[in-house]
Amino acid sequence: MLTRRLFLSDWGGITVLVLLLAMTVAVPYANLALPPESPWHLSTYWVALIGKFLTFALLALAIDLIWGYAGILSLGHGAFFGLGGYAMGMYLTRQIGDRGVYGNPELPDFMVFLSYDSLPWFWWGFDMFWFAMAMVVLVPGLLALVFGWLAFRSRVGGVYFAIITQALVFALMLAFFRNEMGFGGNNGLTDFKDILGFSVQARETRVGLFVASAVVLILAYVASRYIVTSRYGRVLIALRDAESRTRFAGYRVEHYKLWLFVFSAMLAGIAGALYVPQVGIINPGEFAPLRSIEAVLWVAVGGRGSLFGAIIGAFTVNGAKTWFTTAYPEAWLFALGALFVLVTLFLPRGLVGIFRRKRKGEGA
Amino acid sequence: MTSIALVSRMLGPMLAALLLLTAASHAWAEAEAATPAPEGAMPAESMPETTTDFPAVEPDPVPPPEPQESVVAAEFDELPAAAEGNAAGDGSETLDETLADDAEPAAPNVETLIRQLPEGSFNDRRAVATQLAASGDPRVPDILSALAEGRLLATADAPPRILIRAATGTGGSDAISGENVPASVISGGTRIPVHNPLRNALRSLVAVATISAPDPEQRASALLRLMRGSIDSDLLAYLDTRVEREADPRVMDLLLTVRALARLNADTPEERLAAVAVLRGSLLNDVRVGLEATVARDADPDVREAAAEALDSIQSRIELYRFTENLFFGLSAGSVLLLAAIGLAITFGVMGVINMAHGELIMIGAYTTWFIQTLIPGALSSSILLAIPAAFVVAGLVGIAMERGVIQFLYGRPLETLLATFGISLILQQAVRSLFSPLNRPVASPDWLSGSLEVNPVLALTWSRIYILVFAILVFVALLLVMKKTSLGLKVRAVAQNRPMARALGVRTGWVDALTFGLGAGIAGIAGVALSQLTNVGPNMGQAYIIDSFMVVVFGGVGNLWGTFVGAMGLGMMTKFLEPHSGAVLAKILVLIFIILFIQRRPRGLFPKKGRAAEA
Repeated sequence: MLTRRLFLSDWGGITVLVLLLAMTVAVPYANLALPPESPWHLSTYWVALIGKFLTFALLALAIDLIWGYAGILSLGHGAFFGLGGYAMGMYLTRQIGDRGVYGNPELPDFMVFLSYDSLPWFWWGFDMFWFAMAMVVLVPGLLALVFGWLAFRSRVGGVYFAIITQALVFALMLAFFRNEMGFGGNNGLTDFKDILGFSVQARETRVGLFVASAVVLILAYVASRYIVTSRYGRVLIALRDAESRTRFAGYRVEHYKLWLFVFSAMLAGIAGALYVPQVGIINPGEFAPLRSIEAVLWVAVGGRGSLFGAIIGAFTVNGAKTWFTTAYPEAWLFALGALFVLVTLFLPRGLVGIFRRKRKGEGA
Repeated sequence: MTSIALVSRMLGPMLAALLLLTAASHAWAEAEAATPAPEGAMPAESMPETTTDFPAVEPDPVPPPEPQESVVAAEFDELPAAAEGNAAGDGSETLDETLADDAEPAAPNVETLIRQLPEGSFNDRRAVATQLAASGDPRVPDILSALAEGRLLATADAPPRILIRAATGTGGSDAISGENVPASVISGGTRIPVHNPLRNALRSLVAVATISAPDPEQRASALLRLMRGSIDSDLLAYLDTRVEREADPRVMDLLLTVRALARLNADTPEERLAAVAVLRGSLLNDVRVGLEATVARDADPDVREAAAEALDSIQSRIELYRFTENLFFGLSAGSVLLLAAIGLAITFGVMGVINMAHGELIMIGAYTTWFIQTLIPGALSSSILLAIPAAFVVAGLVGIAMERGVIQFLYGRPLETLLATFGISLILQQAVRSLFSPLNRPVASPDWLSGSLEVNPVLALTWSRIYILVFAILVFVALLLVMKKTSLGLKVRAVAQNRPMARALGVRTGWVDALTFGLGAGIAGIAGVALSQLTNVGPNMGQAYIIDSFMVVVFGGVGNLWGTFVGAMGLGMMTKFLEPHSGAVLAKILVLIFIILFIQRRPRGLFPKKGRAAEA
């Protein structure tokens, strides 16, 4: 019953899920089991790269959930992504222990450098994995709850919401650039050693993180799918298309929006937490407004309003970015800019829309 | 007050002389201390040459013969005669009167004295230098400082030629005629020897010589230098004679301040009270230091009280000026915000287009300024003035192209417009980066934009910021007039209020849209011209303004030009009044948080649009 509801007529979603599952099995196999001389061998660099794309896909999924289904455009989802990343980064920093440059078992290097004499209170507990993981979800969730409650209650929507989310992420960036914040200033947190006792540099750990990202993405997809196909999801679509009418029909629109926004922020936080150990650094650059807007583009390219489209978009744009920035670094911003313009002008439903139209054309 | 303001222009040269002035003050203290010293305790020439420039720290054993010391004091009393005889440029009447008696013998006197400098002992030299300092001859300060620095040379000729070796290089000049002298002649001269006590005495003599210089600017800077040091009774007496003859009001003001500052240490409480009363009006830092010392150390409670009260009154005036300064900084920051946001107030406020490429239009304006400057390198002022219409046209054309090419297909879909214009902003940035370079371009400022208007010692307003404030207001008023008084403005407002009705009445809405967008973009370009004078011109400069501009428009209320004005000035003030307490970055964060919270309370900004249009 539930499976029928989740997957009925979601052929695109099923395809993407099958591909993801296949990837989850094939990539570790190609990296660990196949010998390096085999043509099918996948180097650890590629594992980390695809793992990074998976976390981007999770972020795109989070954005698509609120933009595609509730019509809330957040230009500040990088804030939640970054906060989740910082929570994970703090755990990883605490795991360094006395192996830092200054060899202080209690304080991270940058705190010794800034002559802190004790750990600030907001760093307490981050040596425990479960606590850090709770914070990965709770901190973005709480910020989204407060911010969303304020915004939706006073019916700030559309463009205004987009602009103030951008202000939010910009303010966070400025704040995290300050050394006084106690998060390492503009260097951020880096030089990680261990995660749960495994070395972050080790090939096996990288593959493990890759599998974790893939599994989390699949679970998040299913959970999001569950939400949008539920009664709750139908109200969301109703309020997206006619907010006033939904409100007059007796629904507390702001509550629906708020909980979805919080859920989406938590997904973004998890994405950030998975991203950090795979790239090995978190710094305030993650809060740059450009990063957040770029993430919105992934969704727009893939196809807003279809959850699997966001995943496709994240992979397409980031794949193109990786290729462009190595092959034609000059041209990347031209291509990205052109993509923004062309997609909004000619592909309002994204790449997914092309296939939909084709299928419809065949049916007629 | 204005006189002090003008005097403070000399703060720059004064700072350069800072080292010299401390030395001079110590030398005066030394001279005073040396007066009662027993005669002939040690011959001056055998004084060990210490490297320190501040021998006054220990009770100096220099035993200058009594008569010469008294010469210092005596010469000051006789000053009028000598000074006026040579003060050819100083045409005040009192001078002319005394000139009649002494002019004839005095004029050659200086040159004779200069020629006497190489002769005799150090003490003879000091006596000659003292007479020279008292002469008021404009050449004397240079000669004495050259002597102190060991750059004064004498040739072996029968009446020796006195030469000044330039501080840098091998050249030099004749001390008497002032003519340049070739390096070969300079190298033929021998250095006129000085030792440390003489050197210190010379430094203060230079100050004295400069106080009596014919140029009021020089007199003022010499007085400012004297202010830092301790002033002994001889110098004080000399200052009294200057007070009687000073013609320039602002030098007079300074002279009285210096004298009062010295009299803070006078013997009778009455004199000290009078000095405090004079000092009340001054804003100079040294006056505050002096008064603080009086408050802390004066023996008489009345004087202490008066000084404390004077300090309070100075302090409250300083605070007033500090507040004025903050107000000005706030207005200046607000004018930058206004310039950046005003174009957006048209495109976003009136047309409802979220133009994320707005910052890049500002950048285009700034690059136009740079481009015109490189085209006509010689004429800075005219290139800036020419850049204003040019930037308007260039940015306006880019704006019209954007509107016709992309935005016109996206009306009614604000979020899509946002993404598309963001894409355009990336393309424009990269285009500039590829065309010119990723590095910042140097944009020069004309002279009238640099420097600052110094109102008084604690309040200085930068000219560039004043001009930009005026410019921002001019642009704002011009835009207001265009919107309210021209037919284009009427059509723009008509289309914004009711597009189908406007079209039904024969307004070509597409054409109006393009022109409106072009107008907003062109104003962004003009803002770029102004901002190129304040910040770096580079491919990323637009991004610095885009978030701020949106904040201003949203804060002020969309679709309301006055709202933008009030919003910009309000946010500018808020930032600048927070900055002294929190630092620049935190102030910015606090302002952003304030706006986020403000939008919750008033989602439509300070001055919301009224009527049905607001519901759209």
